[in-house]
Amino acid sequence: MSEGPSTQERKTLLKPGDEDAILFEPLQRIGWRFLAVAAILLLIIIFGVLAYSRQVTQGLGITGLNYPVYWGMYIINTIFFIAISYGGTLTSAILRIFGVRWRTPITRAAEVMTACTLSVGAVNIVLDMGRPDRVLHLILYGRYQSPILWDFYAISLYMVCSLLYLYLPLIPDMAELKERFPRRRWFYGPLSLRWTGTPQQKKRLERIIDIMALAMVPIAVMVHTVLSYLLSLTTQPMWHSTLMGPYFVMGAIYSGMAGLLIVMALLRRFLHLERYLKPKHFNYMGLMILGMTAVWLYFTFSEYITTYYGQEPSHMEVFYAKFLGEFAPYFWTQVGLCLVVPVLLLSWRRTRTIVGTVVASGLILVGMWLERFLIIIPTLTRPRLPADLPFTTGTYRPTSAEWAIMAASAAAIALLYLIFIKLFPIVPVWEIRQEREQEDARFEQPPEPVNDAASSSPLLAG
Amino acid sequence: MPRWGMVIDLDKCTGCQACSVACRMENNIPFAGPEETELSRVKWWHKVLRFEEGEYPKVRLTFIPRPCQHCDNPPCVTVCPVGATYVDDEGVVRMDYNRCIGCRFCATACPYGVRHFNWYDPDYPEEVRAALNPDVPVRPRGVVEKCTFCIHRLEAAKHKAAEEGRELVDAELVNLPACNEVCPASARYFGDLDDPESTVSRLAHSPRAFKLLEELGTVPKVFYLKETS
Repeated sequence: MSEGPSTQERKTLLKPGDEDAILFEPLQRIGWRFLAVAAILLLIIIFGVLAYSRQVTQGLGITGLNYPVYWGMYIINTIFFIAISYGGTLTSAILRIFGVRWRTPITRAAEVMTACTLSVGAVNIVLDMGRPDRVLHLILYGRYQSPILWDFYAISLYMVCSLLYLYLPLIPDMAELKERFPRRRWFYGPLSLRWTGTPQQKKRLERIIDIMALAMVPIAVMVHTVLSYLLSLTTQPMWHSTLMGPYFVMGAIYSGMAGLLIVMALLRRFLHLERYLKPKHFNYMGLMILGMTAVWLYFTFSEYITTYYGQEPSHMEVFYAKFLGEFAPYFWTQVGLCLVVPVLLLSWRRTRTIVGTVVASGLILVGMWLERFLIIIPTLTRPRLPADLPFTTGTYRPTSAEWAIMAASAAAIALLYLIFIKLFPIVPVWEIRQEREQEDARFEQPPEPVNDAASSSPLLAG
Repeated sequence: MPRWGMVIDLDKCTGCQACSVACRMENNIPFAGPEETELSRVKWWHKVLRFEEGEYPKVRLTFIPRPCQHCDNPPCVTVCPVGATYVDDEGVVRMDYNRCIGCRFCATACPYGVRHFNWYDPDYPEEVRAALNPDVPVRPRGVVEKCTFCIHRLEAAKHKAAEEGRELVDAELVNLPACNEVCPASARYFGDLDDPESTVSRLAHSPRAFKLLEELGTVPKVFYLKETS
């Protein structure tokens, strides 16, 4: 289970501590390829900013929102991006709590993904406000019975805790960066909090990270549940469901894992981290995603069979809109992408390769975006008093402004991630080294033959 | 304290929609124009709902004028994060346009669909500008608005009564809101539901009285008198 060079290789290397030199390479220089990608992302972001400034000066009329579809792309994207953030910190925390050994190279990449997607997701909800100049009203005049206010505090808490959970394991690496890049001491120095690597410091750090990992689980569960309350605490047909909370949390874990897998694949390819992010990581993640596909199926089936057997007229309007009406193409595409494709690609070892899992993850993300679209829009197009509408049902067509802002959000996430990669190693160097030392110590003694399910399972064969 | 409510007699209502038009004029509701209408952004604070049942020759058409129901248990008030909408002590569900952050949670929570959002700043043609009602604020873009039971007329009536040293009388209340005042069939009544002598109170207890979407528990204060023919 060791990462990095073999024991033999290690013993012949001249400079100890430089085995992981490749992890520090992105920090050393800014190549033309990085600048080109950053420039393109910046351009996309600028288009989004221009669209938003049009919205601020003219009004939300430049979107496709209308009566009665008052919520659309911005809310969908808020939920979508915050959901992807679950693949980061929550996965990293859960893997740590269960002491899963293969997590080490993934944790920081995951936590950074959370930081980037969560901040952009939180910004998206402000973009939806008719009066963003009054955002302070939430603090000055907040009413505690409103789910939006719970959202405000839950997301803020989650953001602070996620950033903390990213920063804490970064401290030992900061100290190393301070030494490796003496000219950047002014930046890495204060952030390293005078870390010297003493056993007491290590013990304290491990303890704090353990506590944070435990705290992240209820916080994360709470955040997406509270986000679901935006829908489930109203009386609207197919929104007023007790299943919404768990459905959202499950969907978030599902999309989050898919997002994380794609990020891992990109890092492996472009930062040449083949020694750290191995095929077995993608195999294990692929299996976890397959498990979540089953959970997704269970929840989705429950939701629709409950509605169908209830036969309540206002609910059935929405149900048929999704199954047979104008939303049917999106609905069945979603089922294909969230159920059929993952099962086909991830069930067999032969297709559960890096490419296979990345393709499955990408398609799952598209399917999950469609799911959020289908949760929000059809209900709004089928109000209880349909005679109120100018046409037979409500309609919604997002405008170019909304697409531009969505593209800009995705680009902002990517750009933030790239900036992080240039400032800090994406794989936790000290944890990798620590593990390697423990492995070496174990190599000194003859190893005990291990005979458990994990060693003999064909599924887990790397 | 009075509890303001409304009764609409569906036997008398002809579906002429003068009420909806009067409301738009009284409350300075801006034009939508052809493009905005296509996008379904016309603001009808008051709307006459049209329900068609059956097949020819046994067709039945029902008109139900629908203002804001001013619920006693409003789902819109519960969800507002900043208190921009609230129930005042006389039962009117009020809007504070200066507080509203435009999140539209109230608009999605209302089961009756009475709330509207200002997608743009209002754009009144020159001729209409002269006819704007000075008693009603003009709403900027980004805030939600809805029927207020013509609260400005109610306040004016209260001032007048106070000046004259008397209480409000039923006769001046029955046709107080613009929709009631203009109804050519006199099908609508407004008043204090808690005053046993008032017209609305008596009619609300009629065996013909019903409410919209009563099963949702919103306790609306707009009563409808069922058609008998």
